[in-house]
Amino acid sequence: MSQAAGVNFKKSTIDALIAGFLALILFGPIVGVLLDGYQFNFETDRVAWMVAIVAIGRFAISSFFQTEKGIAMSFRYANSNDGATVLAPGHKSKMVWIIPLVIVIGLLIPFIASKYVLTVVILGLIYVLLGLGLNIVVGLAGLLDLGFVGFYAIGAYGLALGYENLGLGFWSMLPIAAILAAVAGAILGFPVLRMHGDYLAIVTLGFGEIIRLVLTNWASFTHGPNGISAPLPTLFGLEFKRRSRDGETFHEFFNLPYDSAYKYMFIYLVLFAVVWAVLFIKHRLVKMPIGRAWEALREDEIACRSLGLNHVLVKLSAFMLGASTGGLAGVFFATYQGFINPSSFTFFESALILAIVVLGGMGSTLGVVIAAFFLTVLPEMLREFAEYRVLMFGILMVVMMIWKPRGIVRVTRTGFAPKQGAVK
Amino acid sequence: MDIVLQQLVNGLTLGSVYGLIAIGYTMVYGIIGMINFAHGDVYMVSAYITAIAIALLTFFGIESFPIIIIGTLFLTVAVTGAYGWVIERIAYRPLRNSSRLSVLISAIGMSLILQNYVQLSQGANQQGVPTLLTGAIRFSVGDGFVQITYMKLMILLISLLGMGILTYVIQKTKLGRMCRATQQDRKMASILGIDTDKVISTVFVIGAMMAALAGVLITLDYGAFDFYVGFIIGIKAFTAAVLGGIGSLPGAMLGGLILGLSEALFAGLISSDYKDVFSFSLLVLILIIRPSGLLGKPEVEKV
Repeated sequence: MSQAAGVNFKKSTIDALIAGFLALILFGPIVGVLLDGYQFNFETDRVAWMVAIVAIGRFAISSFFQTEKGIAMSFRYANSNDGATVLAPGHKSKMVWIIPLVIVIGLLIPFIASKYVLTVVILGLIYVLLGLGLNIVVGLAGLLDLGFVGFYAIGAYGLALGYENLGLGFWSMLPIAAILAAVAGAILGFPVLRMHGDYLAIVTLGFGEIIRLVLTNWASFTHGPNGISAPLPTLFGLEFKRRSRDGETFHEFFNLPYDSAYKYMFIYLVLFAVVWAVLFIKHRLVKMPIGRAWEALREDEIACRSLGLNHVLVKLSAFMLGASTGGLAGVFFATYQGFINPSSFTFFESALILAIVVLGGMGSTLGVVIAAFFLTVLPEMLREFAEYRVLMFGILMVVMMIWKPRGIVRVTRTGFAPKQGAVK
Repeated sequence: MDIVLQQLVNGLTLGSVYGLIAIGYTMVYGIIGMINFAHGDVYMVSAYITAIAIALLTFFGIESFPIIIIGTLFLTVAVTGAYGWVIERIAYRPLRNSSRLSVLISAIGMSLILQNYVQLSQGANQQGVPTLLTGAIRFSVGDGFVQITYMKLMILLISLLGMGILTYVIQKTKLGRMCRATQQDRKMASILGIDTDKVISTVFVIGAMMAALAGVLITLDYGAFDFYVGFIIGIKAFTAAVLGGIGSLPGAMLGGLILGLSEALFAGLISSDYKDVFSFSLLVLILIIRPSGLLGKPEVEKV
């Protein structure tokens, strides 16, 4: 008997048959009958393929989890939800050269890359900002915010509407939009922070949708679904257009031939600087008492409150900081696109930002940066699979939660030893 | 006056359907304390199955209206129930002992999967079903008249029937007792010999079946749907569940009716552009002022 490995193939076969039968029920109607008006076409091959894949996959998984390796693995899954890796006290990373290297490469990119690559990288950086903002709220403070796109929209529309109504340009709107978004975060945050996780998620989701619906329906102010144009940034008053109505343009001032890539180069450099500033601020905040308080609150709210942490203040600060980062990202998005409309700020966008945080690792800065580039640049490169993008995000979220709920990059933390002569 | 009465009629049918979907949210929340974010998309899947079932039944030469309705209801409820079971098995059961955040994120992922899966297999265009039932009863009120279509009557009757059967199952049968016991204390119930995993699966199947009932009724009435319909109606049904007190079965039905009526009145009297904003604002307000809802018990967090 080949039962030495302990694999019961009869059981696997039964599992596979059940899974195949279920797949037939599930996929049969939706995949197998393609609606065409009130008529339909049968698509039996598609169903046959999917049922076969499910049955074979189930057989393989069922057999694998009966082997010793599989049993060990399923045991590890059940116990893999541990926290941060703690490094030895006084640990010095050998990777210190990596940050200067990234900065140098980052500064070189606009001068060597093509315009297309540059636009993709800008988009990636915008999502890094968004991911960092949401990471404060979800990853560090553990407050699931499903309406993060609302703050993004406030930043973007802040720039466009501020320019149209008040004549404010990119540079004045950049801080104002961050403050506006933070105020919106406080207005939303103050009443809802008493609630626990799930309710908070739904309320923030409602908030994001309310903002989008108002932007769509309040046509006299926001121009509704038609959208609104946003201004480009200026360099000490020099514009990046072909011709300027008032004063000189950038290429006239420097006697260069006009090239539309200049504006992307400039946006990129400003954005690059802002991302590093946010990274630095966040890096310091996490080590400050406020950052520790966020993480403590995420792990156990009741314990924190009984130890005297003001949970409203702690949560509110996380919410406002996250929101203002989202607002900054919105300003860059608006100026980069030159034109915005409400369809850029749907719930899917919130889910994408959430996927970045989840994939990168809750609370891990490096993970978020990598995940943001992975999730925005990869779909650009794999254009032919563009329609499978959302499906992939969904599968990614489910699989990550089952497999590695703390994300790919684990949070590391330097341990510390008490000083000599300290009170024991 | 006739507008108010007409909107009351519309709101009543809309509300009964919200109630049906809200049952899925409230039962799942009651039993494992999670918001089944993919529930709205289960409703969306059932709308597609409705159209496919009608197309298939007419293809096999069935003309009589009652048989089509009963056949569609049966097929849709059965297949959607299977979806409910599989979703629970794949996305939620492996996370039974994880944090609430993980389960919620997994549910959001499931919702994205369902939307994109339907979009990929059926296309992104709006789909429709033929109008099967026409005609209406009219009352004249003052200068105008109030119209109750037969379709709306049928929605009201079938959803009341569905809620009645469910109430009977939960209150009187052994399965219902098992559900209630698991809801009160899962650990105790499993010590007493109840297979709680099976009960939780059953609750998901029941929720999906109720959503399927709503899917058939709404699809027959409106005629048009796309892969995105589940999102808005899901949030509204969740609002209904919270309004009535999440975890409470009569609360979900009551909340559905109140939400449907107030939304229809708001749309008729104030602005139909902002009716979704109205529902979302209502949700936010309830959660701030009275998170336990009308019939729910206040939740006490324990260490």
